[in-house]
Amino acid sequence: MSAAQQPTTTPAPTEPAEPSRWHNIFREITTGNAIISVLAVVLALLVGAVMIAFTNDDVQESAGYFFSRPGDLIGAVWNSVSGAYSALFQGSVYNFRRPSFADGIKPLTETFTYATPLIAAGLGVALGFRVGLFNIGGRGQMLIAATLGGWVAFALELPAGIHMIAALVAGVLGGALWGGLVGLLKARTGAHEVITTIMLNYVAFYLVSFLLRDGFLKTPGSNNPKSPATKETAVFFDILGPNYNLHFGFILVIAATVFVWWLLGRSSLGFKFRAVGENPNAARVAGISVQRMYVYAMLFSGGLVGLAGINQVLGTTTSGFGSGIDSGIGFDAITVALLGRSKPWGVFAAGILFGAFKAGSFSMQAAEGVPIDIVLVVQSLIVLFIAAPPLVRAIFRLPAPGAPRRKPVPNVTQEVVAK
Amino acid sequence: MSTIAPVNQPTQPSEPHEGPATAVIKSWKVPIVLGVFTVLGFLLLVVFGRSGTSTMVLSTSSDLIQLPDVLLPTRATGIVVTVLLALITGLSAWMVQTHRKVPLWLISVFAFLLLLGFLAWASADARIPVPGLLFGSLSLAVPLIFGALGGVISERVGVVNVAIEGQLLAGAFTSAVVASVTQQPLLGLLAAMVAGVLVSFVLAAFSIKYFVDQVIVGVVLNVLVTGLTGFLFSQVLAPNASLLNQPPKFERINIPLLSEIPIIGPVLFRQTLIVYIMYIAVALVYYGIFHTRWGLRLRSVGEHPQAADTVGINVTGTRFWNVSLAGAVAGLGGAYFTLGSVGAFGKEMTAGAGFIALAAVIFGRWDPIRATLAALLFGFASNLQNVLSIIGSPVPSEFMLMLPYLVTIFAVAGLVGKSRGPAASGKPYIKS
Repeated sequence: MSAAQQPTTTPAPTEPAEPSRWHNIFREITTGNAIISVLAVVLALLVGAVMIAFTNDDVQESAGYFFSRPGDLIGAVWNSVSGAYSALFQGSVYNFRRPSFADGIKPLTETFTYATPLIAAGLGVALGFRVGLFNIGGRGQMLIAATLGGWVAFALELPAGIHMIAALVAGVLGGALWGGLVGLLKARTGAHEVITTIMLNYVAFYLVSFLLRDGFLKTPGSNNPKSPATKETAVFFDILGPNYNLHFGFILVIAATVFVWWLLGRSSLGFKFRAVGENPNAARVAGISVQRMYVYAMLFSGGLVGLAGINQVLGTTTSGFGSGIDSGIGFDAITVALLGRSKPWGVFAAGILFGAFKAGSFSMQAAEGVPIDIVLVVQSLIVLFIAAPPLVRAIFRLPAPGAPRRKPVPNVTQEVVAK
Repeated sequence: MSTIAPVNQPTQPSEPHEGPATAVIKSWKVPIVLGVFTVLGFLLLVVFGRSGTSTMVLSTSSDLIQLPDVLLPTRATGIVVTVLLALITGLSAWMVQTHRKVPLWLISVFAFLLLLGFLAWASADARIPVPGLLFGSLSLAVPLIFGALGGVISERVGVVNVAIEGQLLAGAFTSAVVASVTQQPLLGLLAAMVAGVLVSFVLAAFSIKYFVDQVIVGVVLNVLVTGLTGFLFSQVLAPNASLLNQPPKFERINIPLLSEIPIIGPVLFRQTLIVYIMYIAVALVYYGIFHTRWGLRLRSVGEHPQAADTVGINVTGTRFWNVSLAGAVAGLGGAYFTLGSVGAFGKEMTAGAGFIALAAVIFGRWDPIRATLAALLFGFASNLQNVLSIIGSPVPSEFMLMLPYLVTIFAVAGLVGKSRGPAASGKPYIKS
């Protein structure tokens, strides 16, 4: 029902007529955040498809004789793109080639496994963002967490369960210490956290390299710069049984998300955090100790990133770790936090999405020979597009929220009726 | 905690204020930091001092004027240096006590002495090639300096440039491809600038037109460029390496006369074209930002865009074009990787140099000269480790590698203090 017809049915239309309910719902969908997110993913995948197609050998070959047989080119493009993306899907969600559901769903559990450290570290970075701190130190915090937690995990003899908790606590404390150091430096001396986190990344890396080569992380009788294996008693148990890699870390990460949600949204400390993040000067005037908040925020932030680090040692790589144990998660976490808009559940969803890309990219490379790097491109484009809704709206010609409706309620009829 | 609240202006700690209401703040940070370093120096150079003779080689074999090697008795040098360090620390404490500002040159002398003592200690019974050490430092610092200059321009105009890493990487990739195809390193250089500008365009478009948080765009652009270059490298460059990834390198050019100056000559004036461009760029950016109308406008847009707009400066346009310029400068730094030092593009070959350049920008307090010095410091520290690992230093190499970063943390925390960027940097200007 169009809005223009309404004045004839309503007797006293002194205010602009209400558009129909469906129209409202349609508008909400087309202007809301959800559609922007979906379209951003679609756009990014499109760009990825273009890249896959352009660098595919069959496509390049058939482009040579495009004018004689254009169908070949289109077929080659379709084959390369659909092959890559179906491999991505089958590697991250559900594999149709497996006989049973239990086997077919395994990729999804892999996605959750890959998502676990991304979510934990993403929560840490997001918490920092909310307090106005840019924590690029994920690498260092993860390494120190892996060092302390890993040492507890392979050197101590403790009963199962308690051992795991001890290693977990040690790891989180390690990350919190390394992060808290940054907060302390910022609070006490005003040192910019971007510099100190970057520098501490390198310090942690070389420290861990040294410890692995010649310190307490060294495996006795081995020249490999690699730590001893994590003891069975400390390893995260598998949630879904031994057939799946998904481990206890995923439950921890869900708990961490709930915790951060509670901390930021429901606790008085979180209120102070957000106040400092919005405007430190106003927060100071309101009696909040900005310096103290910086220290606390970096402690929490580092602790959450530390959770990602200890997750690597107790869950993912239990056979002993090297100095590359962080595997770039500290930096990926920044993108995850940005995509999640620094909101706990947003980060959770973003982490799952990136975990899916990570899990799928391996099967995409194995099956179709598409380099893993394409995932980086798609991920970064998603973040860019989601961050700029006007651009996505312009590309898809969607109406902007609050912009005049395309078919405005004609004022003429109102005036006519009012007369 | 609240008692230390007023320690927010450590850079001008002791300018005496008139009037009874304002208390004079004495900042003891500088003496404390110097004291810590003096104690460390005492421990290393005297307590754990080594005996022997340290040899500093001052000339290369190809020099016209040959300087004799400098022989330093290791232990005596350590003691003398420690005493001097203690004296300077005492002097700085006295200066703070009497409400004077500790001058920068005093801190520089302190740093130089500490370094000399350390070099002598590490090279007991060994030879340190001083020109080689400095030459390598400069080489490692070149991309950092270009990146830092790009960062300074961009941040001074009010756009935080976290995308330096991406600009460097894009520059390295494009210059390698273009120079390989055309066999013209100069064209490669030009292409690197264009690539840097393209990255900047995206940064500018998203942050200026769509008001997206600049840090977000910067971080994401780094990932995007890493992914793009990595993808193209594996798919296109690696299979056709001889055609697409064998750029001709720039030749070294010896500048007549200047290159024969002892020590300085071989270091500064036997370099490639990119390095000479770097000297000019540093001077130009410094002069431009502080002594021209362009610079005044640029800074005013970065400090107070509303005021700049009121007097008729086109804020959006100024930001857009200067961010593009910053990209071009950073792209040059990228070209140095492929055309100056390595000679071919490799995946993620910048290896975090952009972030170090970002640190140099903040360390240098958004000043082109200081940022250059900070970049040189990073270059020197990385190369020091290389040299010491060759002559065999008693310190585990990991700690030597760690040193520059530790020194930076100390310096930022103790000497630089709260660094204040351009006021409007990072804030989109929404014209009302």
